Amino acid sequence: MDKVGIVLVSHSYDIVKGLKTLLNQVQPDVQIAIAGGDNGGIGTSAPAIMEAIESVYSEKGVVVLFDLGSALLNTEMAFEMLGEDRRIQIADAPLVEGAYAGVVEAGFGNSIEEVVEACENARHVKKINR
Amino acid sequence: MKLTIARAKEWMLTFNQRIQEEKDHLTELDQAIGDGDHGLNMARGFQEVVKKIEPTNYDTLDALFKDVAMTLISKVGGASGPLYGTAFLRLSTALKAESEANREKFVEGLKAALDGIKARGKAHRGDKTMVDVWEPVVDYVQSQSTIHLSQLNELAKEKMEETKDLEAKMGRASYLGKRSIGTIDPGAASSYLLFASLADCFQKGEMD
Ligand SMILES: Nc1ncnc2c1ncn2[C@@H]1O[C@H](COP(=O)(O)OP(=O)(O)OP(=O)(O)O)[C@@H](O)[C@H]1O
Ligand SMILES: [Mg+2]
Repeated sequence: MDKVGIVLVSHSYDIVKGLKTLLNQVQPDVQIAIAGGDNGGIGTSAPAIMEAIESVYSEKGVVVLFDLGSALLNTEMAFEMLGEDRRIQIADAPLVEGAYAGVVEAGFGNSIEEVVEACENARHVKKINR
Repeated sequence: MKLTIARAKEWMLTFNQRIQEEKDHLTELDQAIGDGDHGLNMARGFQEVVKKIEPTNYDTLDALFKDVAMTLISKVGGASGPLYGTAFLRLSTALKAESEANREKFVEGLKAALDGIKARGKAHRGDKTMVDVWEPVVDYVQSQSTIHLSQLNELAKEKMEETKDLEAKMGRASYLGKRSIGTIDPGAASSYLLFASLADCFQKGEMD
């Protein structure tokens, strides 16, 4: 795999399932994995996040985007379980816009740092020009 | 105040019992200022904990608490999963290879557990979280030459009640801002039950 992978973490399976479909349409060459919900309900799960990261992991690295509250705690927990030598980073970004920007950036074959930056810049993009 | 494997198990079993009894109450608190799943999260998580540890024979305390931690991490989908999970994981590490812990060791373990919660959640005292119960309780057991279990219980209860007047700065409740004032923090309430259960277990045994 010559492109950075993307993992989407949400309390709701439906949210990340839909988001993944949307992103695949934009850039089918980037590997995207999802970790949504917990044991069939609403929540997040460190083992599920870990599995999602493993499934798209490569030397290029993986960027994780998350929605709310415990999603961050469980993502950090998953990072610890995976060990320190992995190229994985969390992007502090809005889930939809951040993931969109990140997938586009990853599609160009750019580095994990550039993908994180693209995700995080999405925070400042105005959606309406007034 | 020696923590044996039997007593550690009893602590977890008692805590589970209290959680099951108070499940609706914890849920009500979380409905008021969160998403209403704290009672359910804790009840499901500790039911699984008991299912795992009750029939298992342990040689060391760290093996027992590691099972508690891993069960919570994999079965509890809310913030309380990684937070309590990290706490018990740190407690486990602090009690490595010990089949029983004297008071000093156990207190060290509780301090490590608190540090784990703070490292995981980045909450400080006053943010209206479980830290508002954990930190004063750990301060108390660290500073006293004799731990009075009724005092420990009272302190935990008082600190839980004090979260009512605080404004939430972390977690789901923080979205409510000032409107979070007036309700006890659900995680502080479950943490009170954890320490009340601990006091209960020791009251039945030695406590010097
Ligand atoms: N960052 C944090 N640090 C310490 N304690 C926290 C933090 N975030 C939440 N809590 C504690 O967790 C409790 C809520 O636990 P609960 O199991 O309901 O998780 P949740 O907030 O619903 O999780 P989620 O974000 O997945 O919805 C709060 O009452 C608070 O005591
Ligand atoms: Mg909740």
